[in-house]
Amino acid sequence: MSDITNAAPEAKKEIHIHNPKNKIKESVGYKIFTVCNTILMAIISIVTLFPFLYLILQSFTADQAIIAGDLSIQAFLDGKLNFDDFSIKTYIYVITRNDFEFLKYYGNTILYTFIGTVLSLFFSSILAYPLSKPKLRVNKILSPFIIFTMYFGGGLMANYVLMLKLGLKNSMWGFILPMLISTYYVILMRSFFMSIPKDLEEAGEIDGLNKWGVFWHIARPLSTPIIATMTLFYAVMYWNNWFNAKLYLQDKTKWPVAYFLQTIIRGAGASEPDAQNMSANIKSCAMVLTVLPVICIYPFIQKYYVQGMMLGGVKE
Amino acid sequence: MSIKEQINQEQPVEWSPAKITLRKRAAKDFRINWQLYVMFLFPVIYYIIFRYIPMFGNILAFRKYYAGGNIFGEGPLTLKYFKQFITAKPFWDAFKNTLILNGLYLLFRFPLTLIFALLLNEIRNLNWKKFVQTVSYLPHFISMVIVCGMIKELLSTSGPINDVIAQLGGEKINFIALAEWFRTIFVASGVWQSLGWGTILYLAAMSGINPSLYEAATVDGANHFQQVLHVTIPCILPTIATLLILDIGGLVGSGGAFEKVYLLYSPLTYETSDIVSTYVFRMGIESGSINFATAVGLFEGLINLVLLTCANFVSRKVANTSLW
Repeated sequence: MSDITNAAPEAKKEIHIHNPKNKIKESVGYKIFTVCNTILMAIISIVTLFPFLYLILQSFTADQAIIAGDLSIQAFLDGKLNFDDFSIKTYIYVITRNDFEFLKYYGNTILYTFIGTVLSLFFSSILAYPLSKPKLRVNKILSPFIIFTMYFGGGLMANYVLMLKLGLKNSMWGFILPMLISTYYVILMRSFFMSIPKDLEEAGEIDGLNKWGVFWHIARPLSTPIIATMTLFYAVMYWNNWFNAKLYLQDKTKWPVAYFLQTIIRGAGASEPDAQNMSANIKSCAMVLTVLPVICIYPFIQKYYVQGMMLGGVKE
Repeated sequence: MSIKEQINQEQPVEWSPAKITLRKRAAKDFRINWQLYVMFLFPVIYYIIFRYIPMFGNILAFRKYYAGGNIFGEGPLTLKYFKQFITAKPFWDAFKNTLILNGLYLLFRFPLTLIFALLLNEIRNLNWKKFVQTVSYLPHFISMVIVCGMIKELLSTSGPINDVIAQLGGEKINFIALAEWFRTIFVASGVWQSLGWGTILYLAAMSGINPSLYEAATVDGANHFQQVLHVTIPCILPTIATLLILDIGGLVGSGGAFEKVYLLYSPLTYETSDIVSTYVFRMGIESGSINFATAVGLFEGLINLVLLTCANFVSRKVANTSLW
């Protein structure tokens, strides 16, 4: 909703900017181009959305219809697929079924995402904030120290061995700690902090705030766009991660939902026989439930993350 | 407090004037900024433990690791593990596949993203533009598990793509199990997933172009296409260069490729799908050859670093932009 109200003044500006252009008669070629462009964009949108729509359709389709092969182009053309074939039974089944605890995995994901995101935000910002102060001498060493890790790192095995040594196997921290601070995100945050007007911070210091006070009472409230962006990015990172769970969480009761999905999707191979028996609508249903929160949240933060990415892109 | 005491103790000692000022300046700096230093104390410790220790842990490529033993290995340094993988055929197959998959992906994604950004920039209706952007960003936020799950559903023998093929009178194809289809699937799904997100930085650069440049071009009689060619593209060239460096730097790296390959491949398609990072995973985690896998991973990381440095150097000379 706020997007619509914000778009209005922008639209006016845009028209004003393009006014001199509009005065000149648009060529026929350009009109044709505009039509083609609109059609192309519509096609791209449809192609992007199609897999999701298919997934949703499949998740609502009853077992019999899928086994009969009714969720197909042919069935649509023959009019074989009717409303009776759609039900929310699969959803009820997935949520209440006992032999795989979907809700347990889902709960784990919510827990890891919440704890991870809060900690990541805190530790990334207390690193990014000092880094954003060009006057701080130690940054001459600290910046390269941090940034170098983006270009070269320990690799899978050395990290794995370290985690085992630290005894983080089968613990929530084994899942969270390896991705606690993302260097790329720290740099995005640093770029944002750099763009905060110095006068405001200086005014805060004159009013008797110490450095921490300036950060907490002045810089932080001014950083809503980057904090919103980082919340989304970190939350999505934790929500989607399955690989750390594969490496470090052997205990089934600690699995996040993404790793559970991995076991049923990759199961086409040999190791997980369960997966072959699991029908397509159950898989789809689990996938829909897992992407749903992400799909519901990201459009509302779009204004912020576009801005956040821009700042980072300009600086780095 | 303790710092003040330190200074008091040290002052009576004879120092050369330069040294005193340096010390005093450092002390003053610390007195003013100590809270900032405390702030990054924990993150720096984190970087040391979780980034730098594993970096030095790469020494396992040269020293024997015993389960539960020293994470930096034990015994004398040896080149044994390097020799082992250099002569292993599966490694070179994986290396070749990494280059081919990343190269093809870059070849398709890079120009398509740029064209998509230019076309998006031509949309005048802001609501429509916003809608297309929002939709195109969606796949970026989706877990690779879901993306691969969708790929498998769409490409399964009973999926919609095979339906269309059957409708057109063709033979159904089991795409996922066929080695010759892996590259197509990898590149197409990659483009699908990254097309929209890749435009963000281009669009940002385009929105920063001074409108008077377009006006001047119009006065000079340039049509829309010429304006794109002579105003838009030159103005976003630094962005293009930066993104290209990053992409070239990642040619040998696993980046996002590991997850997708791991989730989509099977022994049936190893010949085209196995990449270095999945090879490392199989050898190290699944077969337990920790030293061997570390050596392979280190080799990959070093090549990556060299590539990135070269790309950065070229970009600085040619386009006057660089990462560092």
